[in-house]
Amino acid sequence: MTFINYAAREINCKIVYYGPGLGGKTTNIKWVYEKTNPNSKGKLISLATETDRTLFFDFLPLDLGEIRGFRTRFHLYTVPGQVFYDASRKLILKGVDGVVFVADSQAARMEANLESLRNLELNLKEQGYDLRIMPYVLQLNKRDLPSALPLEEMKRQLLYKGEPVFEAIASKGNGVFETLKTIAKMVLIELRKGR
Amino acid sequence: MPPSDLVLHEEEYQKIRDVISRLRTECNAKVVFLVDKNGQQIAANGELEAIDTTALASLAAGNVAATDSLARLIGEKEFSILFHEGERDNLHISVVGGRVILVVIFDERSSLGLVRLRVKKGSTELAAILEVMMKKSALPRKAAAGGSPFAEITDEDIDKLFSD
Ligand SMILES: Nc1nc2c(ncn2[C@@H]2O[C@H](COP(=O)(O)OP(=O)(O)OP(=O)(O)O)[C@@H](O)[C@H]2O)c(=O)[nH]1
Ligand SMILES: [Mg+2]
Repeated sequence: MTFINYAAREINCKIVYYGPGLGGKTTNIKWVYEKTNPNSKGKLISLATETDRTLFFDFLPLDLGEIRGFRTRFHLYTVPGQVFYDASRKLILKGVDGVVFVADSQAARMEANLESLRNLELNLKEQGYDLRIMPYVLQLNKRDLPSALPLEEMKRQLLYKGEPVFEAIASKGNGVFETLKTIAKMVLIELRKGR
Repeated sequence: MPPSDLVLHEEEYQKIRDVISRLRTECNAKVVFLVDKNGQQIAANGELEAIDTTALASLAAGNVAATDSLARLIGEKEFSILFHEGERDNLHISVVGGRVILVVIFDERSSLGLVRLRVKKGSTELAAILEVMMKKSALPRKAAAGGSPFAEITDEDIDKLFSD
């Protein structure tokens, strides 16, 4: 749900990073925070457990500058990936404009990826959204690990609708901004379409 | 149907700002703040220098969302008011018109009773303005805005946002 403020000439869009626990969602958003210049970012808020697992959400506001005289802001959120936090995930999805799915490339996590993707589809549907028409990007993270499945195998199992796919090593920043730019563009293009 | 985008025009924006500014004076509050339930800040008034309003908006929305879920879990429709008492400052959070969150920050210069009373009155006014805003938001953007500026966004405009 984009918020367009004609009076203050602002557009605010919401992007949610979804995916299984420990997949690297928080790592993505931290990297963006660290590498963005101070004028363009707000505070990074992490509601996390003592062991750094996301408990409710991470939140990072980004200011991308002006487009057609409107300040363009993106609010990035991550959900808690652990299965039992489903109630919180549903709350974070409210008002979402675009989703990044951060998949864990390790073979042992494929089942968790698939479960999380089904969960995303279902939770969106519950709120009246349809993943098939929502701006959506697939990020295959942890490509550096020896146990990572081959790219083609990952795609075969996780590709949902021919969405853009990025290989990433979020802990080193690889693929992080490519992913973000692509989803942000898709959201703006959706905005252009209007309704 | 997914919820429609929220579109705020000058006329309603001005009215909202008038109401929350008056509310702040009447409550003797430090800050009065209006946030969409999804965490988007709509308007704010008061001593804002010391506060990260974007963060406040997101956390207030998260707080209300979590509390709403808790309410439903025990069979309540919602908890209409949240109150957090601090050593110096207090936080009064209420939901207006089902979709927007009103946050009042106040200290010993005011009191919970006063804030409650004024918020009640202010909420009725805000709800009426918001209703107009929601109706306009649901209109096709062209009709509402006298021509949508976004229809003309080019790929180049979008690329420029990411040029660094
Ligand atoms: N080797 C490797 N480790 C990574 C990569 N990305 C993230 N990690 C590590 O994976 C662990 C979990 O990352 P998080 O970003 O906290 O995962 P999350 O998806 O936010 O997890 P939840 O909050 O539980 O949903 C951390 O120790 C990261 O350093 C990567 O590309 N390669
Ligand atoms: Mg996390």
